[in-house]
Amino acid sequence: MSQADATVTASPVPPRDGDPAITPEVVADHGLSPEEYERVRTVMGRDPTFTELGVFSAMWSEHCGYKNSKRLLRLLPTKAPWVIQGPGENAGVIDVGDGYALAFKIESHNHPSAVEPYQGAATGVGGILRDIFTMGARPVAVLDSLRFGDLDSGRVRYLFSGVVSGVGDYGNCVGIPNIGGEVVFDRGYEGNPIVNAMCLGLMKHEDLITAVASGDGAPLMAVGARTGRDGIHGATFASEELSEDADESSRPQVQVGDPFTEKLLLEASLELIASGAISGIQDMGAAGITSSASEMAGRGGSGVEIEMSAVPVREAGMTPYEILLSESQERMLVVAEPGQEDEVRRILEKWELEAAVIGRVTDDGKFRVLENGRVVADIPALPLTEGCPTYEREGVESEEIRALREADLGEHLIPEGDLTRSFLLLLGSPNVASKQWIYHQYDTTVRSSTAVRPGGDAGVIRIRGTNRAVAATTDCNGRLVYLEPKTGAMAAVAEAARNLVCVGAVPTAITNNLNFGNPLKAHIYHQLREAVLGMRDACEAFETPVTGGNVSLFNETDGRAIYPTPVIGMVGIIEDVSRITSNSFREAGDDILLLGANTGELGGSEYLYVTAGLVAGQPPSIDLEGERALQQAVLQMNHERLLASAHDCSQGGLASTLAECALGNGEALLGVRAEIDEELRPVVSLFGESHGRVVISCDPNNTAEVLRIARLHEVPARRIGSVTPASEGFSLTVRGGVVSAPVDRLARAFFDAIPSIMDASPTTGP
Amino acid sequence: MKVAVVTFPGSNCDYDLYKAVQQVGAEVEFVWHRERGLQRFEAVMLPGGFSYGDYLRAGAIARMSPVMEDVVAFAAAGGPVLGICNGFQILCEAGLLPGALMRNDVLRFRSHDVLLRVERDDTLFTGDYEKGQILRIPIAHGEGNFEADEETLRALEGDGRVVFRYVDANGEATEASNPNGSWHNIAGITNEAGNVLGMMPHPERAMEALLGSTDGVGLFTSLVASLSTTAGGSA
Repeated sequence: MSQADATVTASPVPPRDGDPAITPEVVADHGLSPEEYERVRTVMGRDPTFTELGVFSAMWSEHCGYKNSKRLLRLLPTKAPWVIQGPGENAGVIDVGDGYALAFKIESHNHPSAVEPYQGAATGVGGILRDIFTMGARPVAVLDSLRFGDLDSGRVRYLFSGVVSGVGDYGNCVGIPNIGGEVVFDRGYEGNPIVNAMCLGLMKHEDLITAVASGDGAPLMAVGARTGRDGIHGATFASEELSEDADESSRPQVQVGDPFTEKLLLEASLELIASGAISGIQDMGAAGITSSASEMAGRGGSGVEIEMSAVPVREAGMTPYEILLSESQERMLVVAEPGQEDEVRRILEKWELEAAVIGRVTDDGKFRVLENGRVVADIPALPLTEGCPTYEREGVESEEIRALREADLGEHLIPEGDLTRSFLLLLGSPNVASKQWIYHQYDTTVRSSTAVRPGGDAGVIRIRGTNRAVAATTDCNGRLVYLEPKTGAMAAVAEAARNLVCVGAVPTAITNNLNFGNPLKAHIYHQLREAVLGMRDACEAFETPVTGGNVSLFNETDGRAIYPTPVIGMVGIIEDVSRITSNSFREAGDDILLLGANTGELGGSEYLYVTAGLVAGQPPSIDLEGERALQQAVLQMNHERLLASAHDCSQGGLASTLAECALGNGEALLGVRAEIDEELRPVVSLFGESHGRVVISCDPNNTAEVLRIARLHEVPARRIGSVTPASEGFSLTVRGGVVSAPVDRLARAFFDAIPSIMDASPTTGP
Repeated sequence: MKVAVVTFPGSNCDYDLYKAVQQVGAEVEFVWHRERGLQRFEAVMLPGGFSYGDYLRAGAIARMSPVMEDVVAFAAAGGPVLGICNGFQILCEAGLLPGALMRNDVLRFRSHDVLLRVERDDTLFTGDYEKGQILRIPIAHGEGNFEADEETLRALEGDGRVVFRYVDANGEATEASNPNGSWHNIAGITNEAGNVLGMMPHPERAMEALLGSTDGVGLFTSLVASLSTTAGGSA
């Protein structure tokens, strides 16, 4: 790097023996553009060493530096009186009443899972648990939001079963119940599965701790597992597109999880925080020691000095570069109170873990690394953590996608053949069908606090010692975001909120996971920008601020991007656990009512995907004021204890929603006799996926009051039928059509769909 | 009555068990696996979880924990010992119960409610149930497939030491109602003396209607009742 030598002095930190020279190729391999490299030189006032280049590469990757998303993320609302900790920490925190606070966050592990599904998914769960317990909160629930290609591919089945085992084994072993999530199968995710994991943790307000390094001279300690050579440059890897040969060559960038150590680390960390022996704690997650130490220093306005030879390692001969960038799992960096090092060691030893002093907090604002006393990296901490260049790009909608949206769906409005046949096909589509095959592999009841298990609209965890509970859901229909990013993102927020009110929870805040393609492409940046704007509008309308989240870009394989998938993880509060409502019908004789109205679009529906293999058409419009009114109406009905059940109407349309209500978890099947007269084609009435609709059931004596509350909130509502005994079958009549079938026929389609694929078909390994 | 809940590294149902014992009005204390001396307790419980990460084999490492020597002595003296899930696996590994818990026949972790038929209502742990009663209790395990040699199975059945069996809603021990391939649909057994019970399902998770079932309560009240009877008020 020659041309700027006149202005930048040579490095006072001499190169280490054996370190490669820094050439433009080496810079490019580290994911930095020539301009970004120049910025590095300006920050340093000299050429960086190889070790320093590795540090910048990790911290200025999209994964750590959010360089392509930061300016957009600033548009999101983040404040509300109940928000205790907004974006910027390990996790967001909100007040949930009675002295309790809820820490929650979602995180992606898409790239590792594409290469090694079991470990990729497992370590994704491990990482998000650590983000929660480093806030001082005890993890109480996990959710997983997954996307794969179609299950007719052996490779997809391999990824799917590996990811589910990975999510399950890790959470099961640590002992955190899985309370929900979602899974979508669509060819749009064929090359790049999406694996997002969300965690919720509870704490008393006074137990909150943050990841700040302050106090000149305070000891820095590495606790937990030793540092090995796994996951080196995972953060940079996660910020690139995958290529076909990524499978083999990327293996060393995937970390290996040890949930047993995680469980011990969890207990030890909570004990450390309670002991008062430490003042700050952070997970060594993406970019390992580098990001944890520099971010803690950056937040504290301090510096840190770390001695490499003091870091407990798994194997001899690791270079500073490797130690700094290792993403070995189940490690924490803590700032001990001076003089409390032995107390920290004692607590770790009780849990059969190690703790070692590896450095100290300084007041010179530097991120300094020594190897046997010799400086190998010396970087200003604040520019390293905050100085990552951020970009705002020009976004342009793809003509191809616009054409898909504007495609004429006319021919698909007239069903080919029998409507009931289409209905059974939909119920048996893995996207609509029961997900028991998945969540029966997850421990959902450990900790004895799960009031609503997976399979409902939202999972619910009660708070022991109070009358309260917290509810959580993850949602995003990527097809809708693909076809129209802004309304699609609004729809994701709206669906999450509907899911929460259905169980009886007041929507309170969100964490988001922005899974997108390569933002350097104008049409992808357009998707990202529009989706953020849609999310902003919906979060403002619903008063659900964003308290943090994760960005996963470059989800592309061989140039093909996933559907833009801004997953919304929303949490809500239930003040009285006796008001928790199920999504399954309760008893024969109850009235069935539909709240909300069908707006008539069929674009992006599961019906089109299943019957014609199409992802096209105008997606349903969304009315945020109407959604808000619907939420308020359902909450009031819940508050007055009028509801026997409430279920959000989404994928698969009204027909599928009614079937889900009748089938429940398969143990107590019920029937349905319903009729709705709308000025719409039968397929749109039956299978259209209009937003803003909820199916409820209630005692017929309550129907008049339910309708009165709906009118009060100006929400369209009508009685559409009755719950019947299963023996009377299922029928839904619409203008010009009907679907009807014996209930056990529906049950077979719904419950057997995924098992019949997964238990009968071979999976194809890597 | 005072109950010890033993915590091994990797136990994760210890807290649930503690709360369940507390709920039925008994005193309860956690005992870390390195602690010695169980004499001050009237019952000992080994919770579920993944002691030592299930490495090597579920329960195989935990059985070598210092506390296990005392658990063996406590059981030999007739003290009631309950092992749930991983606790059951540890009891088998320690030789306090016969047989072994193998990988589920479906080769996957299974977590959902099961129905259990109460086979004995005259044990220390089941006095508050009726024989033939059907309980709804969650399971959550990957290795709950109970196996033993022919002779052991004959002895277990012949002596009436099978306490719980997986059944369907009609109370039939069918193949479909068996979640893990256990021989004879066995979900819980006692030792010969009847003071050691091991079971795979989690009664401590079935203590409140809010969470789906209260059918586990009887197990804990039964134990309290039998201990207050045998203690004869001497405490």
